[in-house]
Amino acid sequence: MATLYIDNKPHEIKPGNSLLETCLSLGFDLPYFCWHPALGSVGACRQCAVKVFKDADDKKGRLMMSCMEPATDNQRISILDKDAVEFRAGVIEWLMTNHPHDCPVCDEGGSCHLQDMTVMTGHAYRRFQYKKRTHLNQNLGPFINHEMNRCIQCYRCVRFYNDYAGGTDFGVFASKANVYFGRHEEGTLESEFSGNLAEVCPTGVFTDKTLKQHYTRKWDLTMSPSICQHCSLGCNIIAGERYGDLRMITNRYHGEINGYFICDRGRYGYEFVNSEGRIRQPILHQHVVDREKILTEVSVLLKNSKVIGIGSPRASLQSNFVLKELVGKAHFYQGVSTREQSMDELALAILKDGPVRTPSMKEVEEADAVLILGEDLTNTAPMLALAIRQSIRQEPMKEAAKISIPPWNDAAVREVIQDKKGPLYVATVAETKLDDVATSTYRAAPEEMARLGFAVAHLLDQTAPEVIGLNEADLALANRIVHSLLSAERPVIISGSSCQSESVMKAAANVSWALHKKNKNVGIVLTVPECNSLGLAMMGGNPMEAAFQAVENGEADTVIIMENDLYRHSSKTVADKFISRCKNVIVLDHSHHATSANAHVLIPAGTFAEADGTLVNNEGRAQRFFQVQESANTIKESWRWLLDIGAASDNARIKQWKNFDDITVTIANEEKLFNGIDKVSPPSDQRMADGQRVPRQPHRYSGRTSMLANVNVSEPKPPEDYDSGMSYTMEGSRTLPPSSMIPFFWSPGWNSVQSVNKYQKEVGTALRDGDPGVRLLETNSDSPVDYFKEIPEKFRAIKNQLWIVSVYHIFGSEELSAKSASVAQRVPGSYLLIHRNDSEALKLTEGEIIEFQIKEQQYRLPIKWSDSIAQGTAGLPIGLNSVPYVDLPAWGILKK
Amino acid sequence: MDDAIIHRLWIIAGVLAGLLIVAPGLIWLERRMLALWQDRYGPNRAGPFGLLIVLADTLKLFFKEDWIPPFADKFVFVIAPTIVVVTVLLSFIVVPFAPGVMVSDLNIGILYFLAMSSLGAYSIILGGWASNNKYSLLGAMRGAAQMISYEVFMGLSMMGVVLLSGSFSLNTIVEAQKDMWFIIPQFAGFVIFLIAGIAETHRLPFDIPESESELIAGFHSEYSSMKFGLFFVGEYLGIILISSLTVSLYFGGWLGPDFLPPLLWFCLKTFAFICFFILLRASLPRPRYDQLMEYGWKIMLPIALLNLVVTAGVILMYK
Amino acid sequence: MFSIVRSLWITFLHMFHKRETVQYPEQKNKLTTRWRGRIVLTRDPDMGERCVGCYLCAAACPVDCISLQATEDESGRRYPEFFRINFSRCIFCGFCEEACPTYAIQLIPDFEMSEYNRQNLVYEKNELLIDGPGKHPGYNFYNIAGVAISGKGKGENDNEMPPIDTKSLLP
Repeated sequence: MATLYIDNKPHEIKPGNSLLETCLSLGFDLPYFCWHPALGSVGACRQCAVKVFKDADDKKGRLMMSCMEPATDNQRISILDKDAVEFRAGVIEWLMTNHPHDCPVCDEGGSCHLQDMTVMTGHAYRRFQYKKRTHLNQNLGPFINHEMNRCIQCYRCVRFYNDYAGGTDFGVFASKANVYFGRHEEGTLESEFSGNLAEVCPTGVFTDKTLKQHYTRKWDLTMSPSICQHCSLGCNIIAGERYGDLRMITNRYHGEINGYFICDRGRYGYEFVNSEGRIRQPILHQHVVDREKILTEVSVLLKNSKVIGIGSPRASLQSNFVLKELVGKAHFYQGVSTREQSMDELALAILKDGPVRTPSMKEVEEADAVLILGEDLTNTAPMLALAIRQSIRQEPMKEAAKISIPPWNDAAVREVIQDKKGPLYVATVAETKLDDVATSTYRAAPEEMARLGFAVAHLLDQTAPEVIGLNEADLALANRIVHSLLSAERPVIISGSSCQSESVMKAAANVSWALHKKNKNVGIVLTVPECNSLGLAMMGGNPMEAAFQAVENGEADTVIIMENDLYRHSSKTVADKFISRCKNVIVLDHSHHATSANAHVLIPAGTFAEADGTLVNNEGRAQRFFQVQESANTIKESWRWLLDIGAASDNARIKQWKNFDDITVTIANEEKLFNGIDKVSPPSDQRMADGQRVPRQPHRYSGRTSMLANVNVSEPKPPEDYDSGMSYTMEGSRTLPPSSMIPFFWSPGWNSVQSVNKYQKEVGTALRDGDPGVRLLETNSDSPVDYFKEIPEKFRAIKNQLWIVSVYHIFGSEELSAKSASVAQRVPGSYLLIHRNDSEALKLTEGEIIEFQIKEQQYRLPIKWSDSIAQGTAGLPIGLNSVPYVDLPAWGILKK
Repeated sequence: MDDAIIHRLWIIAGVLAGLLIVAPGLIWLERRMLALWQDRYGPNRAGPFGLLIVLADTLKLFFKEDWIPPFADKFVFVIAPTIVVVTVLLSFIVVPFAPGVMVSDLNIGILYFLAMSSLGAYSIILGGWASNNKYSLLGAMRGAAQMISYEVFMGLSMMGVVLLSGSFSLNTIVEAQKDMWFIIPQFAGFVIFLIAGIAETHRLPFDIPESESELIAGFHSEYSSMKFGLFFVGEYLGIILISSLTVSLYFGGWLGPDFLPPLLWFCLKTFAFICFFILLRASLPRPRYDQLMEYGWKIMLPIALLNLVVTAGVILMYK
Repeated sequence: MFSIVRSLWITFLHMFHKRETVQYPEQKNKLTTRWRGRIVLTRDPDMGERCVGCYLCAAACPVDCISLQATEDESGRRYPEFFRINFSRCIFCGFCEEACPTYAIQLIPDFEMSEYNRQNLVYEKNELLIDGPGKHPGYNFYNIAGVAISGKGKGENDNEMPPIDTKSLLP
């Protein structure tokens, strides 16, 4: 601890951080633009000037940029010094000479950092009388709107897009006051993280284009803390609603998971909530009926028939649990294919029973050597790819530390690092977006990747099983990997279920365990397919094949399918047969899909915006998402429907449960693995210190007495929240809420997202009372290492057949986000990715149609060439709507 | 039946009817007069000169929700407003309207009036207490203190008149003023009686039990509909009573030149005092509670005693 | 004591003063243009809707009786998709007019808008919009704002330079 004197008052500080960061952490208001807690300091905007004094006798002092100066012990600075105040006001005044007069039509207005800073410095009148500089805009695709006139040249956008996120199609052009931030030509921004520009930009140059279609100011949104549903990482988001529609998703800071950013799938995938494809009314045999009718109908079915329930990896723990209770444990099925289920269970076993713990994404960012086995992270777990882009800087940054350059001094650190990159080994089926920063890449069939992994494990630890028949090149690569891993302090091994190959995941586990035996501080990260895949695996349930079998055998005739499209987890023929065999198909879901089209009873479930629930991310962290809006229709959480059905059919146990807490506490008490999930969020009867709820609406929320006046001039009673200590209105406590239920970031004078500083212990660290979520799987590092021994056979190509493996797309492979209108514009057409040589051997060129058959499923797809995919294998973009499901990897038999 | 009894019943009916018609009429009168002194029109839309406002107000009062708060002492709450009306009406028994037009010429007329007005204090106390509301209770306590304090020298001030006329009967007192109205020898008594009378009826500026600026509506905050209406009527009846007593005690009652009948003289004089009451309301601000008490005990009481002593002395000297 | 009598006398003399009351329905006061009565939405001199849907009026409204939804035409010009004022809640404070950055929302000297049915006090955009600029005849927000709309490209405002050429390095 050190002492910093700010305006002659001593403050206890941690030395080493920049003065700006220190002042903000202490709660002072100091304006800034170019500095960003995740991007560091470059000292470009000259906005954060303070007076620094030599000693107590120095009365004159010097103006310095606080973001570029480290805080030291006994330092004396002044924020309120007249010179500093004038200097800061002057900087804003210069910036505003060219800033256009368009706040009323600017989407940033009301959550604009530039507005906040202008008010903070007191600039109110434009003295400059000459003309304003203007720019032409570019169409940057479906996600980001461009309005260059508003630019204040802080360079944050290029620093995020190029330096932080590794984008290549964005830059800064022209010179002097004319600098232009955009693409070299009009076109869609290619980076998967482009949406963050809207939050990184301190003003309205880059704004959320989907928000523009139903524009709402931040102060008018009803917001809730939520969890992204579009991959297994569980990034924290804020979901905002107005007039019954979900309007905007923004990042919700979580020090351990997503930090300050989220990917575009998470930001723009929300539009499915508002889409035409929603199920909004209960439907019984193609007729809309009311709530009571559907409840009696289903409860009669429950009594008179043999019912099974199919859960879902994208439904909350609560929903899955209540369904399990309703149909009985023996009749509950996980709703994923047998292979998917075994992958999820394997991941759970490695994380739960193995000796190596899984690190959070923050820890991955700090890893200094990374081995990726089989995961195209940019497309399966995008934010993890962003974390890896930071981790490759760790090793070269040690150089900077040696010459005493603090890590936050971004420009200087990059000057030291130049193009040097830390060790990153990427073994995947086809090329990935991380290849440009990888030390080495390895392209092969999943079996080969697994063999490489097993080989690395054996080289690290001779007791690990040995791989026989590895070729020279692979062995050399394995040796290089071993060398890098051994010389690193915090290596991380990443694998997952996207290859659908157990041996790949086992190989990754072996590598991490071998490193663990060498006493390395190693971590293993495994990605799983859906937002609650790991939670479902922890909950247990029979494989789906068994459900098909039960109906086939006549052991069951009625099925409740909850938030699941069977056609995405089993082939069309199997699913068709299953559904036609069932006497009654009850589908409980929020969006229409192939399964719901065949349902006899259709019940409208709530999406994450209309539901409360707990999800377990790939780290084993249970996190709660809160309901954003009370739906005007009969839409309700799946678990609430199931509670109602249980009560209507006199289920003694389910009848006792009334709200979210009842279910959650039961799960926590009864299922050992879920001990502690009731601590994820405060109980629903807990209130803030002043006895009030946490309001979902900012205090400036407008239109309350008018928004529904067209229906009836007498305002209805606002909905009440029985499931959490939050209110749906603006009434409530205005103090800082607990970190697990922060509905929005706001602080007096800080209307933009930058107000997150006020919610953190120290800028850039954990939220005030700890980052939310409870890690359910803490491993015991003393567990014995029991290596996996099943090393797969060497892959051998077969003539006229292709070993088809799945490839993924950030936009399209995931079911829900693909229904979002903006994301749909980025979904690629279907194709088959094969090696150029394979293609030429078949006398087919790129774009031509290739016909093949996998099991009984026929495919006719255009060819896409790849120069790096292993010969004899082919990549099928699984999950795209135009690509029917098939259990991969499998042999595709080519048709002549 | 005896003719005398029938005659008396006619008088009772006449007085009762007259009072109950005039009292609500005062609503209109007060609003019109106040408006006049404040350069406005007052009610002038309903009926000729807005006279039907009386009807409208009465109807409104009758049709309002007759609300008894759940926390109130029900029985007392209901009984309180009736007390004020009954006691004031009973006081009118001793008022001589004209020769022979008097319900009963009691020989203890003035004492009887004092007794009745003391009973009226119960109305306020009980009403305020039964409401079970702190503002009501505060109002009631103030009202009680005010009425009891001012009653003391009200009685003393009237004694001068009693000394001069040698009787408690109001009829006798009026007749004793044939040669000279008592206002002349008893000017101080008149002033004291008038001030005490205003305080007795808790009219402005002495409406401290109500004082809406600090106590909502004081003792009748919780009252609505006709229960409130009874307090309302009671207040107006009080004005008429004090006015007619002032006229009887100091202004020669029905006495007057012969070109008008005595009853009309009486009514005219009373009307003038009613207007004076309204003028007071239009012009004077409300004193503070402590000022009111101080004024009563420290100034009015000594003057009333002095007036009594001097009057007695003068009478002794000249007899 | 004397002052009391004096005030009584002065009050009494008011009997002979002229009455100030205006007998409203028969006799009408002249209202100034600044009178805060019924709220209207005005148009700019080119008859385009002035309201750009910035939500500031709604945010300023102390009784939250204004709600609207902003939308855009193809050229990027913003306008309200719907604009609703619940006059049964309105307190005619005029904050919305003060907040309005485009002079779109204005309060006019008309207060005779009583209804027997409260529902009729909910005014939608077609009831609010008038065919004129109201109190600020010459003002056109889009002539000053830095966004392009149909008929006005980037850099064509009075106070703007032509758009810069990013390929030029000339000073």
